[in-house]
Amino acid sequence: MNDQTMTPEERAANLKGLGSSRKRVEDVRFTQGKGNYVDDIKLDGMLFGAFVRSPYAHARVVSVNKDAAMAVPGVVAVLTAEDLAPLGLHWMPTLAGDKQMVLADGKVLFQGQEVAYVVAENRYIAADAAELVEVDYEELPVLTDPFEALKSDVVLREDLAGQTEGAHGPRKHHNHIFTWEQGDKDATEAVLGEADVVAEEMVYYHRTHPCPLETCGCVASMDKVTGKLTLYGTFQAPHAIRTVVSLISGLAEHNIRVISPDIGGGFGNKVGAYAGYVCSVVASIVTGQPVKWVENRMENLMSTAFARDYWMQGKIAATKDGKITGLWCHTTADHGGFDACADPTKFPAGFMNICTGSYDIPTAYLAVDGVYTNKAPGGVAYRCSFRVTEAAYFIERMIEVLAIKLNMDAAELRRINFIRKDQFPYQSALGWEYDSGDYHTAWDKALKAVDYEGLRAEQAQRIEDFKAGKTRKLLGIGLTHFTEIVGAGPVKNCDILGLGMFDSCEIRIHPTGSAIARLGTISQGQGHATTFAQIIASEIGLPADDITLEEGDTDTAPYGLGTYGSRSTPVAGAATAMAARKIRAKAQMIAAYLLEVHDDDVEWDVDRFSVKGAPERFKTMKEIAFAAYNQAIPGLEPGLEAVSYYDPPNMTYPFGAYICVMEIDVDTGEWDVRQFYALDDCGTRINPMIIEGQVHGGVTEALAIAMGQEIAYDEMGNVKTGTLMDFFLPTAWETPNYTTDHTVTPSPHHPIGAKGVGESPNVGGVPAFSNAVHDAFRPFGLVQSHMPHDHWRIWKIANGLGMHG
Amino acid sequence: MIPAGFEYHRPGDIASAIGILQEHGDEARVIAGGHSLIPMMKLRMAEMGHLVDLQAIDELKGIEISAETVSLGAMVTQHELITHDGLAAAIPLIREAALQIADPQVRYVGTVGGNVANGDPGNDMPGLMQCLNATFELSGPDGTRSVAARDFYEAAYFTAREDEEILTRISIPVPGAGVGQAYEKQKRKIGDYATAAAAVMVGNGQASVAMTNLADTPVWSESASNALADGDVSGCVAAMLDAIDPVADNRGPVEFKKHVAAVMLRRAIERAQSRAG
Ligand SMILES: Cc1cc2nc3c(=O)[nH]c(=O)nc-3n(C[C@H](O)[C@H](O)[C@H](O)COP(=O)(O)OP(=O)(O)OC[C@H]3O[C@@H](n4cnc5c(N)ncnc54)[C@H](O)[C@@H]3O)c2cc1C
Repeated sequence: MNDQTMTPEERAANLKGLGSSRKRVEDVRFTQGKGNYVDDIKLDGMLFGAFVRSPYAHARVVSVNKDAAMAVPGVVAVLTAEDLAPLGLHWMPTLAGDKQMVLADGKVLFQGQEVAYVVAENRYIAADAAELVEVDYEELPVLTDPFEALKSDVVLREDLAGQTEGAHGPRKHHNHIFTWEQGDKDATEAVLGEADVVAEEMVYYHRTHPCPLETCGCVASMDKVTGKLTLYGTFQAPHAIRTVVSLISGLAEHNIRVISPDIGGGFGNKVGAYAGYVCSVVASIVTGQPVKWVENRMENLMSTAFARDYWMQGKIAATKDGKITGLWCHTTADHGGFDACADPTKFPAGFMNICTGSYDIPTAYLAVDGVYTNKAPGGVAYRCSFRVTEAAYFIERMIEVLAIKLNMDAAELRRINFIRKDQFPYQSALGWEYDSGDYHTAWDKALKAVDYEGLRAEQAQRIEDFKAGKTRKLLGIGLTHFTEIVGAGPVKNCDILGLGMFDSCEIRIHPTGSAIARLGTISQGQGHATTFAQIIASEIGLPADDITLEEGDTDTAPYGLGTYGSRSTPVAGAATAMAARKIRAKAQMIAAYLLEVHDDDVEWDVDRFSVKGAPERFKTMKEIAFAAYNQAIPGLEPGLEAVSYYDPPNMTYPFGAYICVMEIDVDTGEWDVRQFYALDDCGTRINPMIIEGQVHGGVTEALAIAMGQEIAYDEMGNVKTGTLMDFFLPTAWETPNYTTDHTVTPSPHHPIGAKGVGESPNVGGVPAFSNAVHDAFRPFGLVQSHMPHDHWRIWKIANGLGMHG
Repeated sequence: MIPAGFEYHRPGDIASAIGILQEHGDEARVIAGGHSLIPMMKLRMAEMGHLVDLQAIDELKGIEISAETVSLGAMVTQHELITHDGLAAAIPLIREAALQIADPQVRYVGTVGGNVANGDPGNDMPGLMQCLNATFELSGPDGTRSVAARDFYEAAYFTAREDEEILTRISIPVPGAGVGQAYEKQKRKIGDYATAAAAVMVGNGQASVAMTNLADTPVWSESASNALADGDVSGCVAAMLDAIDPVADNRGPVEFKKHVAAVMLRRAIERAQSRAG
């Protein structure tokens, strides 16, 4: 090799390490249709499961008659709650400290709830037989409104009757789950009482659904000879699933192997445990045959974890010059029939207390009340870290509402309230320590990039033209400056079912200088195999192309809490860097031995150790790797491997400035995003191309949510948006062009300074789109209007403002 | 999303297809492109023991154009409607409307016959055919007959076609030179049915207007057409608003749909008028 002649920069470039827009190694198989998803798994003798689901949102299940279904040739079993009860598996614990029916135990609480599980030789027979299971229901009054549920005499959770203490403290009503309070109530109310200006608004973040391309599914395979259960599934947290399966099934954990194969998107939908997993495991144990269950699109939308559904009542106080003095928020959280939110145990409303956002707000108070209704359970972090999107939407709307009240430019109002660079690490009024940030720089860069002044001038002209009858289109400028809190998280305050939220990486260097790394996370499209190899490449000087990455098999990967909440890079990425550093430390000793100098007399140089002051004397990492396996080095064990379990000292706080320019047709409610600018600061940038891809995908999901996507129910609790005809997924046609940009403010506590980016675009995108709609109508008197901003709701705004003559 | 079981038939001519329909009565259904029928079967909202595939029947294919008439085989795909230059020259409105149906994948297999025979108020072709004053040719056990598109639709999924009849061809008078045409459709996204859509022909002192997805059938209004022929746009819109009867759904409440119906109609009229002449 020409190792001698290459400059350090050239050698570094060859590694394709940090900062390289290395192509995604995963895409070779994905673009050729060679991915291996759960539904691609075919095992000998595999049976198929299908659910009988409730057509009612609230009903007593009087009886279930299986006879006709059992008579269908090819049907092996029909399971009901009665069959699971002797095993204690008719209910299962949720991640939020509640419990949830696996199969309807006497009643159903939401439309689409699992009532019986049909197991048959193939999926066609299973589907036919499911139609033949006769369920006798007795309808009960339906509660779809959380405010009404808190007043109603109708008891949804009869199993909890009389329990005044829930998993998160006292329950105030039989349909109440918890109250979660943060901050200083009295001080905040005092500030509100004395403030020059107080703006108050109800901000609703509607119910929606992560809707990954691949629905949820699993294959359970119990080997009766070895006593081992292998469970393949669409799991965002395979290790946690193994532990949960062990705890609820009584199978020893070493006899369970959980495998997450390729996953076609998760977005939080695949974090929790579903009835399908439990029933498939039971069916495989009972039959001794593998059992596959894969939900269809309607089942996915109707019954697996939804997101959002927060009614956030806000009050924001400021001086007459616009300096914010206090923030108050009361949230009513609609959790559906069971509390199955996927949040760290101590955070029943996730990190909603990041709702002071990017602003230096000295006093704040937050209370969240969780409520049961007749809707599907869930409340997952849809491409966000535990309710951070709700928090960001709330504060970014409240800022706009305050700007209206103060008659002030919303960009300027943000600027004068940003936490200043010199205030970091910043202690927020609701209890977080923001690690780093430089909001003013990002903001100014963003405003300049879009020519904010020019846009406002154009908008002013447009308003004139509109009033003069020259146009029927309005121009909206949607501003957002968001701050996320990701990377859960420190084990001292973050756990899921008692499992601390650390993560892990194990690296093995092979004798010829290539490597395999295994992590406790699992990619669902994020490109871990590409980016984590880059971290290792930069840390230990082996080319990323020579590093294989594996995740998702609990028999081989080190224990970790999985991938959601933008935690992979902040936590597992840190573990990866730390494990690599252990390897480098040992490599240093090997190099010193080979170069016959003291350990301290060699120094690291991109891909090698060289003798200090004599750079021509060096050992490359490749040479060191070989030496680790073929030399007896005094005082050193052979081999070159390391493992790190990383417990982060703090969360990371990515931030960004997004600006959306939107045209709105007041007569039809149609909208057109003319420009979307996204500046992200995710600290150290590992792979700019992947960051750009994440931003494109995340902003597109944000567009969907803000502009039309919802899980809507009618008064009977019927899901009105159960297919992709009505549940809005944008096509290429509706997707605007995006301009991406960045600043870099590294995290001071993360080994490589990275903060995580996958979810920022959803967190920042939703308020940017929504604010654009609001901004377009602001000159005509609009203060607040609820998402999703689909055509008819936008039309309704215009109509309400008298724009239709 | 798995349909119930069924027998599959693939006859080679119209007579055998009718024979199969006769044999199995309302247990049998024809399938053309399947892009309305198969989703209904998967939802188990349509279940039938016998599916009669029309793909192998050559008589149902082909586009023929003469000076006065365009004749479309029932099995002509929506994609062919878009790519056929002769058709676009004779009746540009058909291409303009077809381009607003669903997405390219659906249009490759979805047929014009299936679109008009389906009877779904969301389909775009029925209103279009009413605007164009098309005639549907039906073949059944008792021979063939013709039904005007304007007389064909009775209610959602109910048409003048008998169960044992097959729609074979659609014939459309070629509008005279100078007639401006336009199709205007509001939808939530690509692949969506209309929130409201309007088909308009105007010129030479004549006019025809029809609308889609604003009642349980397509709506062609004689009085609206007459008003437009007289140059009275507001009268046309008012008459059409009288004729439609939208219902609230995920696309929006009734008042919104009525408003958008008027906007679509006005825009279509404006564009058609600009093309007349
Ligand atoms: C995602 C999606 C979006 C769509 N969007 C639109 C849209 O925007 N606008 C629109 O107009 N359509 C839309 N469609 C429907 C599409 O255009 C269908 O192709 C069309 O409605 C039916 O045509 P087909 O050939 O697929 O008929 P099929 O689905 O095969 O049949 C439909 C019905 O017509 C009957 N039938 C079919 N052919 C005949 C015949 N020759 N004689 C008698 N009966 C017959 C069948 O028995 C069945 O009842 C959409 C479909 C999908 C899946």
